[in-house]
Amino acid sequence: MTENILPRHQFEVSPENSHYSKKIVRSARIKETLIKSYFAAAGTAALIFIILIFIFLFKEGINAFNNIGLSDFIYGTRTMEDGTVKTVYEWYPTSENARYSLLPLLLGTLLTAIPATLISTVLGVAAGIYLSEIAHPKAKEFLKPVLELFAAIPTVVLGFIMLVIGATFFQDLLHPANRLNAFVASVGLTLVIIPVIASLTEDALRSIPMDLRNAAYGLGATKWQTISKVILPAAFSGVSASIILGFGRAIGETMIVLMASGNAANFTMEIFRSARTMTATIAAEMGEVSQGSDHYYALFFIGVVLFVITFFLNLIAEMIISKMRKKNTF
Amino acid sequence: MKELKISVKNLYLKYGEKTALDDISMDITSKQVTAFIGPSGCGKSTFLRVLNRMNDLIDNCSITGEVLIDGIDIYDKNLDVVNLRKRIGMVFQKSNLFPKTIFENIVFGPRLNGVNDKNTLNEIVEKTCRQAAIWDEVKDRLNEPALSLSGGQQQRLCIARALAVEPDILLMDEPASALDPISTAKIEELIHELKKNYTIVIVTHNMQQAARVSDYTAFFYMGKLIEIDKTTRIFTKPSVKQTEDYITGRFG
Amino acid sequence: MELGKKHKDINGFIFINLVRLMFAFLVGLLLLIIGIIAVNGYPVMSLDFLISSPANNMTEGGIGPAIFGTIAVTFFMVLLAVPLGVSAAIFLSEYAKESIYTKIIRTSINNLAGVPSIVFGLFGLGFFVLFIGKNLDEVLQTGLLFGQPALLWAAATLAVLVLPIVIVSTLEALNSVPKSHRDAAIGLGATKWQTIRDIVFPQAKPGILTGTILAISRGVGETAPILFLGCAFFLPNLPVADLCIGDYCIPMINPTEQFMYLAYHIFILSTQSANPTKTLPLQYGSTLVLILLTILLNITAIIFRYRFRKALGRN
Repeated sequence: MTENILPRHQFEVSPENSHYSKKIVRSARIKETLIKSYFAAAGTAALIFIILIFIFLFKEGINAFNNIGLSDFIYGTRTMEDGTVKTVYEWYPTSENARYSLLPLLLGTLLTAIPATLISTVLGVAAGIYLSEIAHPKAKEFLKPVLELFAAIPTVVLGFIMLVIGATFFQDLLHPANRLNAFVASVGLTLVIIPVIASLTEDALRSIPMDLRNAAYGLGATKWQTISKVILPAAFSGVSASIILGFGRAIGETMIVLMASGNAANFTMEIFRSARTMTATIAAEMGEVSQGSDHYYALFFIGVVLFVITFFLNLIAEMIISKMRKKNTF
Repeated sequence: MKELKISVKNLYLKYGEKTALDDISMDITSKQVTAFIGPSGCGKSTFLRVLNRMNDLIDNCSITGEVLIDGIDIYDKNLDVVNLRKRIGMVFQKSNLFPKTIFENIVFGPRLNGVNDKNTLNEIVEKTCRQAAIWDEVKDRLNEPALSLSGGQQQRLCIARALAVEPDILLMDEPASALDPISTAKIEELIHELKKNYTIVIVTHNMQQAARVSDYTAFFYMGKLIEIDKTTRIFTKPSVKQTEDYITGRFG
Repeated sequence: MELGKKHKDINGFIFINLVRLMFAFLVGLLLLIIGIIAVNGYPVMSLDFLISSPANNMTEGGIGPAIFGTIAVTFFMVLLAVPLGVSAAIFLSEYAKESIYTKIIRTSINNLAGVPSIVFGLFGLGFFVLFIGKNLDEVLQTGLLFGQPALLWAAATLAVLVLPIVIVSTLEALNSVPKSHRDAAIGLGATKWQTIRDIVFPQAKPGILTGTILAISRGVGETAPILFLGCAFFLPNLPVADLCIGDYCIPMINPTEQFMYLAYHIFILSTQSANPTKTLPLQYGSTLVLILLTILLNITAIIFRYRFRKALGRN
C-alpha cells in the first residue's frame, strides 16, 4: 500500500490553531445568495418579456371575438345598391357595417414581403459570399462595417427615401397603376433585409471549416467551383436560416410599408397597385380608434397574428442555426 | 522532524459518470516540496485542485472521501471555502495576471481581506516581491501594467501575488511549463527558497524538474495514485513497475 | 492539363465578378442614399434649425423639441435597459450552468430581437400604459397621470426592444474575459461576486459600452413602437417640469408628458403635414440630422469594438 511507505506523522498545526478552520459566516453566505438571486431574476428578463408580450397582446386581442366571429376575419358581406348581398373580402372597420377580413392585409403583407425577400436573397447572399470568400481580408475589415452601417439606417429614413425618390423613379420607369404601390414598398424592404441576409450568410460561410476549402482546392477546383459546389451546399442550412429571418423581418417591418405602399387595402395580386400590410394597418389606425371598440381589439388581434407568424419564423431559423453549429463543431 | 500538513483518504472524483480520480490516499509533509508527475490526463492537476476546492466551480463534479489540512476536513459543509482559498496560494500553468498595475495585482488578495492602508500594502508588496525574487526587477515600475513584464517575470509575480495572502501552502500547476530554461531555473531556485516557510505541492510534466525541486514525488496514472515516496527513491528504485517504466521513458 | 498553364474558368470569372458587382452596387446604393439626403438636407442645416421650434403650422422653423424629446426618451431607455441587460448577461455568463433552462432563455433573447417593432408598440400600450400605468394611478391616487401614453412608457417600451442588443454585446464582452483571470481571483480567495465586480466586469466595460451605443442608435431610429405611446405631432412646450424641493426649483424632464421625436417628426412631415412639398427641405434636413446621428453612433461603436477586440488579442 502506497500510504504506508511514508511514515505517518502528527499534524504540524493542531486544528485549534489552524487558520483553515474558519467556519462560513452566515451573513456572507446570505449575501452571495442574495446577489445570485438578483442576477438569476434579471436573467429571466428576456423570457418574461416574451411571455408578457404574448399575454398582453392576447388579452386584448381575444376581445375581438366578443362581437367579431372567426369567419368575419376571413370574409364579410356587403349589401349592394340593388339590394343583393355579396360576399366580400374587405378590411373596412370604420364602415357602419364594419368588415374585418384580414385577407387583403395578409395579401398586402405577402405582396410586399415575398418580392422583397426574393430580391434580397440574391443580393444578400452575394454580399455574404463576397465578404466571406472573395474580398481581400483587408478590404473585408473595412467593408463589413459598411454593411453594418447599412443595417443601422433608421427605417423611417428608408421609407422617406422611397416616398420622395424611389416612388418617382419607378413611376417614370414602369408607369404603375398607383404611384405608391407594393413594388415600391418591397424595394424599400430589401434595403432592410439585405444586410440581415448578408451578415448571417457570411457567418454561415465562415463557419465552414478551412479543411473543406483546402480539400476542394487540392482536387484542382477553381475558386468559383469551390464556392458553388462545396461551400454553398455545406452552408445551405445557415443560408436558408438567414433567408427565413429576412422574411420574418420583411413581414414585421412597419415604417417603410406605411410610407411607400399606398396603404389601400386592395384584395389584389397586382404588385403595382397600392397595398396595405398588417403592420401598416396597426400603425395607421391604432392612434384613431377608441379604446375598447371592436376595431381596437381587431387591431390587437392583427398584432397577435403578426407576433405568432414572426415568432415561429424566428424559432425555425434558430433551430436550423443551432443544428448547424452542432454539426460544425465536429 | 517531518510533520504532516495534508492528509487525503480514499478520495474519488467524478465528472458526471466519468471517474477522474480513483481512490486516492496520500500524506503531504509540511515545509517540503511534493511533486505530482504522470502523463497528461492522469489526474494530477485535478487532484491539485481538490486541495483548495477549485473543482467546486465545475458543473456536475462530485467528490467523496476525506481531505484533512491541519486535521480539518476541508470538505465540511460549514467550512468557509473562500477563507480556505485565501489561505492556500495557487500558481497556474500560464501566468494569469490581471490587466492592472504590478502593484494592484499583488494587493488584490490583501484588499479582499480588507487591508486598505497604503503603508501596509506597500510593505506587503515589498515583502512578497522579495520572497518571489522579483523585487529588484519591479521596484521602480510598480505602477506599470503587469502585462508589460516578460513571461518569466509574470510568473514570478503570480507567485508573489499568491504569497501576499499569507498562505502556508502553495499549490503550483506546471508553473514553468510555458517558460524558457533560464526563467525555469529561476522559478526552481525560488521553490527551494520558499520551502523553508511553505508547504509546496507542484504538478509537473517534466521529470527532471521533479527530481531537481522535490523532496517527495507522487506518480499518477489514469486517475490512480500509483506510488508516492521520497524523490530519491522514486527516481532510483521505485517499488512499482509502472513507475519505473514511466521514469525510464518507456511510456507516457 | 499542363502544369503552369492558367486554368481557364469562364463561368467562375463571370460569377465572381458578378458577385463583386452586386456588392459594389450595394455600397453605391448606400452612398447614394446618404448623398441624396446630405445634398438636399444641407441647405437648411444651421444651429437655428437644430434648436428652434417648428413654426407656422410646421412649414418653417427647426427641430429643437424633436431632438430634445429624442434625447430624453433615449436617456430613460438607457437607464432602464442597460442595468437589466447587463445583469441578465452576467447571470447567463457567470452564474447559470448550461441546461435546457439557459437554452430557453437564449432562444427568448433571439426571439425578442425578432418581434416586429409595431408589436412592441401594441405591447407598450397594453402593458405599460393600460396595465402598469392605470394600476399605478389607482394605487397612488394620482388621477390620470401614469395611465396615459407618455415619455416614460415610450422609453420603457424601447428599453424592452433594445434589451437583446445590450444582452448580446455584454455576453460577448464577458465571454472574452479569459477564464484564467477568474481562476486567479477565485484562487486568491475572492468570492464569486468579488470576482465579477473586480476582475470580470472592469474588463468587459468597453464591450458593454459598445452595446449601449448600439442600443441608443437603434432606439433613436425607431418610430413604429412609439406611434401610440405619447409621440406628438407638435407640442408648444418641452416635456419639462420644475422639480421643487422647498424653494429650490430645477427644471427636469417630466416623464409623464407627451414628447416630440425626431424619427416620428420625419414621418409626420413627409406624410401628414399640410403641405408636404413646401416642407420637403425641412424633411431632408431632419432626415440628415437623424442619419448623421445614427451613423456617428455606429461608427463610434465599430471603432470601440475594433479596439476592444485588438486589445484582447494582444493579451
